[in-house]
Amino acid sequence: MEKTNGNLLVKGTVFLVWAILLFAPFLFQDVRSTEVAARILVFIVLVSSYDLLIGYTGIVSFAHTMFFGLGAYGTAIALKTMGPSWSAVILGALIGLGISLVIALAVGLLSLRVKAIFFAMITLAVASVALVMASQLSGLTGGEDGITYRPPSIFKPAAKLLTDENGKVLRIFGVKMNGKIAAYYFVFFSSLILFCVMLRLVVSPIGSVLKAIRENEARAEAIGYRVVAYRTLVFCAAAAFASLIGSVYAVWLKYTGPDTVLSFAIMIDILLMVVIGGMGTMWGAVIGVVMMTLAQYYLRDLMGVVADATHNLPIVPELFDPDRWLLWLGLCFILLVYFFPTGIAGRLMAKGEPA
Amino acid sequence: MSLLSLTNMQTQIGEYHVLHDVSFDVSEGGVFVLLGRNGAGKTTTLRSIMNMWTPSKGSVKFRGKDISQMHTSDIARMGVAFVPEDMGIFGGLTVEENLVLATASGSFDPQRLERILELFPALKIFWNKQAMKLSGGQKQMLSVARAIIEPRDLILIDEPTKGLAPAIISGMRDAFAEIAQNTTILLVEQNLPFALSLGRDMAVIDDGHVVHTGSMKAFAEDNELQNTLLGLA
Repeated sequence: MEKTNGNLLVKGTVFLVWAILLFAPFLFQDVRSTEVAARILVFIVLVSSYDLLIGYTGIVSFAHTMFFGLGAYGTAIALKTMGPSWSAVILGALIGLGISLVIALAVGLLSLRVKAIFFAMITLAVASVALVMASQLSGLTGGEDGITYRPPSIFKPAAKLLTDENGKVLRIFGVKMNGKIAAYYFVFFSSLILFCVMLRLVVSPIGSVLKAIRENEARAEAIGYRVVAYRTLVFCAAAAFASLIGSVYAVWLKYTGPDTVLSFAIMIDILLMVVIGGMGTMWGAVIGVVMMTLAQYYLRDLMGVVADATHNLPIVPELFDPDRWLLWLGLCFILLVYFFPTGIAGRLMAKGEPA
Repeated sequence: MSLLSLTNMQTQIGEYHVLHDVSFDVSEGGVFVLLGRNGAGKTTTLRSIMNMWTPSKGSVKFRGKDISQMHTSDIARMGVAFVPEDMGIFGGLTVEENLVLATASGSFDPQRLERILELFPALKIFWNKQAMKLSGGQKQMLSVARAIIEPRDLILIDEPTKGLAPAIISGMRDAFAEIAQNTTILLVEQNLPFALSLGRDMAVIDDGHVVHTGSMKAFAEDNELQNTLLGLA
């Protein structure tokens, strides 16, 4: 790939996003902002791992939230039953990961030979079963209500990471060094490490093989690559990343339920984020996540401001009534897809390349 | 023992019986040319050897081992490279990525790479360019370079001169002559002068049957045979 302006712009933006996320608790000192930052971190891994499937290999799966949920529920159930400890987190994450890998391997080997549309339907069916099971096995999963539990003690809000000479929680730039900040950086570094591993994966020779398979399966086979094996491998890898970040999210939220980790609404969010950001770039996933999450959390507020500022005018305040935010979000999607059919990163990175 | 031996191979594509009876032996070293009219079954023969179309009857033996039911990717891993008519390169990947993909280890043998880039200097110039941006001749060079990036026992090449300018064809012939010193090439070709200048042994396919096998030298001298088999002057 050429080092071109569009390329640099996209990579620079992503770098900036990570830098802001690194200092987010200091830059935006309110609870909601930290929640949004943590959600962005979790979704960066979730959406990038989905990009491994849809963008790099051309596999359309609707079961990605299922793997996310398996990781989250594994950790949640372990924390609930074993009490708040690191061993519960690790054991729960490993169990979730193990189950995810077994299901991914089975679904992959049994059905990656079939046409893309049938594979998508099979994943949809498996994911629906998982969703039904999570709500029916209420003894284990808490059903529709989900599970609340306590995180390891270092993440408790009352935990003191650093103390001053009086034994009180130390403040750095006005931010309390307590369990909340520890939990945020746990999410931050988990997300950064997983994202870097995925980046490393796609620039390795395996990444080229995946792109070759996406482009033309028969040609990839003719030069010696077993397509089904590689597709199954990448399906398992994506499931593993989703499951691990699910476990991280469970520790952060201290609550796990169908709506936060399993619902099809999340699956649709993932799809939209990867399409808006640009498929097959990894960088695009980051941009898509940030834009969409910010819109979901702040578009309403922004519209409230606009409506207030224009309250003297006719119609305009009505149009920008905060209750109409979904309409505007939908309009934004349509415009984005129209002007950036290959996603924001896809468009910018292609534009810089000389013809 | 022949390197490649086809015995009564038959191939059906859907309801069409394309190959009825294809038998010939390719011995080790040099260029073996497969001639025939359009639609005679030359490309299907190559694709059947790679098991991209599965032969319905007969055997395909490579070094004495029947490969007719083996997976395409495993046949490639055994050391059989295929340069298809459409060149089979990956347009979205760079020249370098295309070549790396064809190596078993993911890294190049530097001396071998250097020799290949001497043979096809254009590839060096466009090393980091997407392959879709290459010209037709350059794509063909990339496709051949990919086939020889590692030592192979047998290279199947389908109509490499199609649509190329005469100057490029002449360069291609020299490259093939050099490649054939260390490996075996099974070449499908319609360009008779090109085939005559390279081939050692040859076979003619017509309507799914092998109708003639022999040495290229004898075929080159026999104008009458050429006329009857190929309908050429």
